[in-house]
Amino acid sequence: MTLLTTSAQAAPPPPRPRSRFRLRKEAWVGWGFAGPFVAVFGLVFLAPIGYALYLSLFRDRLIGGTSFVGLDNYADALTDPRFWDGLLRVGLFLLVQVPVMLGIALLVALAIDSGRLYGASFFRVAVFLPYAVPAVVASLIWGFMYGTQFGLVGNVNDALGVTLPDPLSPSLVLASLGNIVTWEFVGYNMLIFYSALKVVPRSLYEAAAIDGAGEWRVVRSVKLPAIRGALVIATIFSIIGSFQLFNEPSILQKLAPNAITSDFTPNLYTYSLSFAGQQHNYAATVAIVMGVITAIIAYTVQLRGMRKG
Amino acid sequence: MTTTLTSATAGGPADAPRPTAARAASRTTVPTRRGRLPRTPLNPRPSIPLTLVAGLVLLYTLLPLAWLLINATKDQKGLLDSFGLWFADDVNLWDNITRTLTYDDGVFVRWLLNTLLYVAAGAGGATVLAVLGGYALAKYQFPGRKAIFAVVIGAVAVPGTALAVPTFLMFSGMGLTNTPWAVIIPSLISPFGLYLMWVFAAEAVPTELLEAARIDGSGELRTFFTIALPLLMPGTVTVLLFSMVATWNNYFLPLIMIKDPDWYPLTLGLNAWNAQAQTAGGEAVFDLIVTGSLLTIVPIVAVFLLLQRFWQSGLAAGSVKE
Repeated sequence: MTLLTTSAQAAPPPPRPRSRFRLRKEAWVGWGFAGPFVAVFGLVFLAPIGYALYLSLFRDRLIGGTSFVGLDNYADALTDPRFWDGLLRVGLFLLVQVPVMLGIALLVALAIDSGRLYGASFFRVAVFLPYAVPAVVASLIWGFMYGTQFGLVGNVNDALGVTLPDPLSPSLVLASLGNIVTWEFVGYNMLIFYSALKVVPRSLYEAAAIDGAGEWRVVRSVKLPAIRGALVIATIFSIIGSFQLFNEPSILQKLAPNAITSDFTPNLYTYSLSFAGQQHNYAATVAIVMGVITAIIAYTVQLRGMRKG
Repeated sequence: MTTTLTSATAGGPADAPRPTAARAASRTTVPTRRGRLPRTPLNPRPSIPLTLVAGLVLLYTLLPLAWLLINATKDQKGLLDSFGLWFADDVNLWDNITRTLTYDDGVFVRWLLNTLLYVAAGAGGATVLAVLGGYALAKYQFPGRKAIFAVVIGAVAVPGTALAVPTFLMFSGMGLTNTPWAVIIPSLISPFGLYLMWVFAAEAVPTELLEAARIDGSGELRTFFTIALPLLMPGTVTVLLFSMVATWNNYFLPLIMIKDPDWYPLTLGLNAWNAQAQTAGGEAVFDLIVTGSLLTIVPIVAVFLLLQRFWQSGLAAGSVKE
């Protein structure tokens, strides 16, 4: 949605008026080029969404088979404590993890852009590197490091004769997950901010310097407003990502089976409903409710973020 | 692979402004690497405290990778007995790699080949579709153009799992689950790639050039291949790179679609080894998981470092166009 507004400005100017014949031909050729994408998109995006909506209106009972139940599944989902627990958990996760991650990313981007770092291009590449690491590998590395057996936590305990709190215990596992996700995506967000900072016209900084603005003042009054669009986009993508939290808890679950339950996040809940419990109709309903909630929050953030501009 | 990795990393600091050169430049008007500007109050000399603070973040991002590299050199006993951030008495990297590749009749190699298949077909196909679609959206006026764009961008907000269950049921009905198709077909769509190519094509391909080709009697396909495609190359490589990472790292899609270990990609395979090691009675193959993890990330990290130029400029062109 944001992308749409931003990109509309980048759109080419409307072409000159053309004859009806030319327009008809152009339409055919245009669809010819776009057709393959649209066809596959319909198959793997639109058809499943339609099918999920259809599924959510039915219920599969042991006795009596599949029957139409209207909106009953939705009523169940909205009063399902297991769903709400998971939703609150990812809500808490996103309130803490997203600001921390974006804050670090922004600071590093500003530092690199300031031209005051030694080895700035090394920083840029090295901080981005974890983005190339699969979520599975990232979760395994951190999961092992968290471990008391041969992990760093165990090493520190042995070396100093202390007992650190177990990062995989139920009370700390959410923070431990937040750390993994932050590690994976801090560089990606840094790069988005840095790319936005790079296209800010340097003449703005000169003007500010002539007006006697210090470095922090330039950051606050020139740089941050100039990259507002990138900040909003990164926030929205991070929110969507948090609501979809699945890979990291799913893998860490094997290392911390007591701390990460099958309904730890809404997506884990949907997955276990569907593939362990065979409750496809109800799983589809929970997934749709989650999608709607995500879209509403992302849209609200976009409206608020853009209005201040 | 390891050699390319090291030399590419070494390339990073090499193009960074060298402190002495920078200091010399501060007195002259020799343009610095950073921009066309001479060194001014706006373009100050590097600061040691700031570098140290940013260095903490660097330490944070590199620490787990260092841990992985160090622990891939240990055998099972070394993993348990030695300090995590230093080497054990003996270095077993080569032995570990051999055992990872041959364990269970070389199943890791099978997973690697599967991953390569998914990446080649999925990411390659996704790039082709995105380039064609983006070019069409940018350079042709046709009915439904705006609608395509709005729907595709709106779909980005739909959670993956919302699609997973119905996609699984649909593919299962078509007999596609447990086959490579179930992983490849959904990988073919990259909304981000389409968006990037749209913005890129709008700027990189002048409409006048296409008009001139048409007046010269060139057909639309020929115009695309001989004129537009070469101009679209940098954007195309960026989309290919990001699709490759997405496919190489994919976990959720194969998790629901593939039950047969013979069709696992590397990510599912490592997950299966981890599950086995955590199960009572299962063979504890922690050394293989660690080495396998290292082998899984080396190719994709190498590709990333070698093609830096592309993803850095690609992101700049696409995601934050203001």
